[in-house]
Parts: sequence; structure tokens; C-alpha cells
Amino acid sequence: MPPAGAMPTGEPPLPVGDDVEMIEGRSPWYLAYIRLRRNKVALAFGALFIVIVLFCLAAPLWSHLVAHTGPNQNHLTEKIDIGGKETFVVAPNGIPIGPGLHAKFLLGADDNGRDVMVRLMYGGRTSIYIGVMAAFITTFFAVAIGLIAGYYRGWTDSVLSRVLDVIWAFPVLLLGIALGTALSVGGLKIGPLEIAGNSLWIPIIIIGFVYVPYMARPIRGEVLALREKEFVEAAIAQGKGPIRVMFSELLPNLISTIIVFFTLNIANNMLLEAALSFLGAGVRPPNSSWGTMIEEGSDRIVTAPHLTLVPVLMIVLTVLALNVFGDGLRDALNPKAKIRMEH
Amino acid sequence: MEGMGRFIIRRLVGMAAVLFVISILVFLIFNVIPNSDPAQRIGGKNANPELIARINEDWGFNDPLPQQYVSTMKKVFTGDLVSYQNQRNVSDQIEKGIPVTFSLCIGAGIIWLLLGIVFGYLSAVKAGQATDRSLTILALIGISLPVFWLGLVLQYYIGNKLGLFPIGDYVKFTEDPLQWVNHLILPWFTLAVLFIGFYSRVLRSNMLDVMDEDYVRTARAKGLSERQVRLKHVLRNSLIPVITLFGLDFGAVIGGGAILTETVYNLPGVGQYAGQSVASLDLPPLIGITMFGAFFIVFFNTIVDIVYAYLDPRIRLGAQAA
Repeated sequence: MPPAGAMPTGEPPLPVGDDVEMIEGRSPWYLAYIRLRRNKVALAFGALFIVIVLFCLAAPLWSHLVAHTGPNQNHLTEKIDIGGKETFVVAPNGIPIGPGLHAKFLLGADDNGRDVMVRLMYGGRTSIYIGVMAAFITTFFAVAIGLIAGYYRGWTDSVLSRVLDVIWAFPVLLLGIALGTALSVGGLKIGPLEIAGNSLWIPIIIIGFVYVPYMARPIRGEVLALREKEFVEAAIAQGKGPIRVMFSELLPNLISTIIVFFTLNIANNMLLEAALSFLGAGVRPPNSSWGTMIEEGSDRIVTAPHLTLVPVLMIVLTVLALNVFGDGLRDALNPKAKIRMEH
Repeated sequence: MEGMGRFIIRRLVGMAAVLFVISILVFLIFNVIPNSDPAQRIGGKNANPELIARINEDWGFNDPLPQQYVSTMKKVFTGDLVSYQNQRNVSDQIEKGIPVTFSLCIGAGIIWLLLGIVFGYLSAVKAGQATDRSLTILALIGISLPVFWLGLVLQYYIGNKLGLFPIGDYVKFTEDPLQWVNHLILPWFTLAVLFIGFYSRVLRSNMLDVMDEDYVRTARAKGLSERQVRLKHVLRNSLIPVITLFGLDFGAVIGGGAILTETVYNLPGVGQYAGQSVASLDLPPLIGITMFGAFFIVFFNTIVDIVYAYLDPRIRLGAQAA
């Protein structure tokens, strides 16, 4: 090996003239972008997620301009015109109409004569909102805990790691149900902050909370490894304080891990929200989500399968989109990394 | 084994400590967070103030919190915890559910481990080919499916329409082993699907990593057949992390991961009991079940740690030095 910086002999002459392309500097982010761009499947699923989000955001438009009904509006006793025939929205035997090519009730109606399409769009807003907000909570605490534990090491790390162990030891679903039940009885009061028992923030906080150790542990591990690197030592030697080192030296090196985790975390959050809502410990009336829609429709899985099929399809598509896109992101950002998001 | 005994003792003490902290947390979750009066709920809507006062006295709701904690935990350990809702004994109910939950989890565990390994192996061996691609897509769909919906659909289409398997209900193994299997097949698969997807993905990536190792090249150079190399060298060494995961996931499933499956299939296990208690906002059973679940998760975590330490001396010696 020649010493670093030594000029190899016989180097080709420097290119001269205007028609020669200069070699561009490529940042790691640019390289990741190139790798991601090549992964067409991941990109397609990423686009699918954006389409789903836009679809849900368009809920008021559809509701006002096309369906002319709200997500909680009952049409129990009404009739609509299908193929020139007057049909009950909900037949006398309790079976609601199914999907069909009519502006109102495009995806059929539910037991209460509500428009499934409109409910689907509004419910999606709830589901995605919960997924994203909970992911922010998880990420915030996981990064904070990971940085502090990994930076200070020693007893700080021991204490924080034990705290994570304790949360980890709770069965996720059971902890979610337990908190959901306990909080829904009387809401949550932390000092001046008061959250009603049926607020969306209850499932958001619960879901955000239970996944913290799953994300904090790997981040802590990464910080521990980074902490040994020379650039951190150099920063400390230059007199940078702990906060500066954490934010300007460690955090930038964690961004790619955080982005991947964040994406996969949203998918897991949405599944957990559906599960909690199905068990009655998640989203509460008057709010509705894809999870509550499946729960409501599960009694009619035989006579009106569209009631569960439609929201499930949306959940699966959304979660699948996030999982595949997250997978692609991971490969692009960190080809060697092994990040596993647990359920 | 040098240091093994000390390592096990350390881990067991740690396990007890974690469980102790969990018990405090569970107690706080159920007794401090809810802004409601449990006496009111036991007494019902029409309870007069005297009745409420008497219930508060009898159940010890007026005692200071630490005292309530001690008496609740005493009840958990002596098996005297009773439901607010119907005054049934919580330990009896959990005990009744245990055989069902174990039947469900053990069967599902065997299925997901075997199928996970088979699919993961195929995926890795055929990496990049059509088989791998379709298995990957299937795995991702499996991971993305809500378990409870899968349960409903399997029940309806395979159980009801095709009439292949009976729906719901549980038959004791000791009564009729064949019916036991027959009734559990759908729940087993429902619970296993998520993990099959996961394990095949994990095994695939482990195997692809191991295939680059020097000892695999050595094995090929020795003249072993490709099959022998894959099974004896690559697969064997890739299985260790999968087995670890299995230990952890199995604990988690017994400790509360089967709630959805049990609820959907109407299996009278511990998970269904949890589901029912949630529906009626009955807090004491939830305390008992959460402690039960946490115990199994911590227990399996500890077992995995101990097995690891047994296999890898660095871990137990490192723990000793620390």
C-alpha cells in the first residue's frame, strides 16, 4: 500500500478542453437517491402510499360534490335509484346495499345506511393521522433515549435500558388494550393538559408509547458504536458540549436509520390501531377509522362482505406500500443494515 | 461451565426486578389513570351513598395507594383477585384459559417456525428469481394483513362455505385429540401467517449473508455438494438468530399476542378473557392477565439469554466483568 496521499506514477494526463465531463462529487444522500431510483418496485409502492393519502385528503370533496352525504349521516329509511329501480338503502331484512356504479353509495352502505365510500375516506384520515402522529411520538422518544443512553453510557444507560426492558416486557397488544381501557374511562389528565376519553390522542399516545423500545434499542446500539468513532472524540476534544455532540455529530449519522424506522413504524402503528379498534380499545365514537369500520362490519361478513373487505383492502394496501417502500429505503440508504421492526 | 451458575442467578434476579417494576406500573395504570370511581361501577347505577361507602370500605379503595398496591399484589399471588364486574375469581379464569392458549400458541409456533424456515430457505436459494420474488411478495402481504380479519375470512370461506373445518369452539386434547387438531387448524394458521412472513424474510437475509462467509467457500472447495453446503453449513448457521427470535416471539404470543385470534375464533383462552374484560372495562382481570403475560415474556427473554450465554462464553464472562 502506498502511503496516503502519494501520487501514483503513470497517472493519465488530466483531461483538457470543454467537452470533457468533470467528475462530480456525490454525497451519500445522492448515492442513496440513485439506488432508490433504480428500485422501481419500491418507488411504485411509495407512490401508492401518496395516492392513498391524497385519496383520504379528498374526503370532503367527494362528500360534498359527489356523494352529497357526510360520514355519519344515516339514510336508514331512504331509497335510492339503482338502474331505474327504487331500492332501499338498507333492505327490510337489515342487509345494506353493496357497491355499484352510483355516485352516492359507490361502495355500498353500512348497517346504518351510511355511505361506505365517504366513511372510508374519512376513516382513512383517522387511521393515517394516528399512524403518522404516533410514529412522531415514538421517533422523538426513541431518538432522545437512544442518544442519551448511548452518549453518556454507564449508569444512565443502565437505567434507561432497564426502563426499556420493562416496557418491552409488556405484551404490546395487551399494554395497548390496558392503557386504552384505563384511559377511555375518564380521559387523561397531565397537569393542565386534559384529553377526553374519546379523543384520537388517546390511541395516538398509547401506540406511540408502546413501540418506543423497539426503536430506541437499535438506535442506542448505533449511538454506542458511533460514540467510539474518532470524529466524536475530535468534537469532544474541540470542546463541544454533550448537546452539541449529540445534535451535530451523532444525530446526522442516525438520520438514515430514523427515516427507515419512521416509515416502517407508520405501517405497524396502523395495524395496531386497527387491532385496538377491533377490540374496542382504540378509536372511539364519534370518530371512526378503518379499524372501527372492520369491527362494525365483522357481524355482517356473510351478508355484506363489502363492509369489512373495503377497509381491510385499504389497510393492507397502505401497510404493504409502507413496508415495501421502507424496505427499498433501507436498501438505498444503508445497503448493509439490518433493521427489523417488530410487531 | 465457568460462570454459568452465576450468570443464571444474575438473570433470574434481573427477571424478578423487572417483574416487580411491571407490577407497580400495572397497578398505577389501572388505579391512578382512570378518572373513575370503582365503587360506583361495582355498586351499579342506582347505588346509594351508603352502599358506595361500604364498597369503598370492603374493597379497600379508601386506603393509601401503597397499601392498596400491596393488597392487590397479595391477591395476585394468592389467587384472590376478583372481578369488579361479576365477582368471579381472576386466577381461576386464567387457569381455565391456559390450556387453550398453550394449545393455540404451541401449534401455531411449530407451523410458523417450519414454514418460515422452508420459505426462507427457498427464497435464499432462489434469490432474485421468480420463486424468491413471489415468496417475498407473499411474505410482505402476510405481514401487512390484520390478523383478526384473516381470522374472520378463513372462518367464513374455509370453515363455513367449504365446510372443511369446524368454526370456533375448543375441544380438549384429552377428550379427543383429532377434534382438537380439527378445531385448531384455522386458528393456528391465522396466528402463524404474520410470523411466517417475518421469519422467512429474516432467514433469507441471514442466509444470503452467511453464503459470503469464508467457511462456506471452504466447504465448497472441499468438494461438498451444493445441497450439503446449503443445508449443513449455510442453513445451520443462519438459524441461530431465527431461533432467538422464536424464543422471544413465542413468549410474546403466549403473553398476550393471541388475544385477537382467540377473540375471533371464540377460543376460551386467556386472550379471550382479556378481550372480554376490555369490553366490560373490568380492571382486576386485566391486572392479572397483564402480569401473567409479562411473566411469560420476561421468562422467555431470560431463557433465550441463558441459552445464548451457554452457547457463547463471552456473554456470561462479560456480564461477570461488568
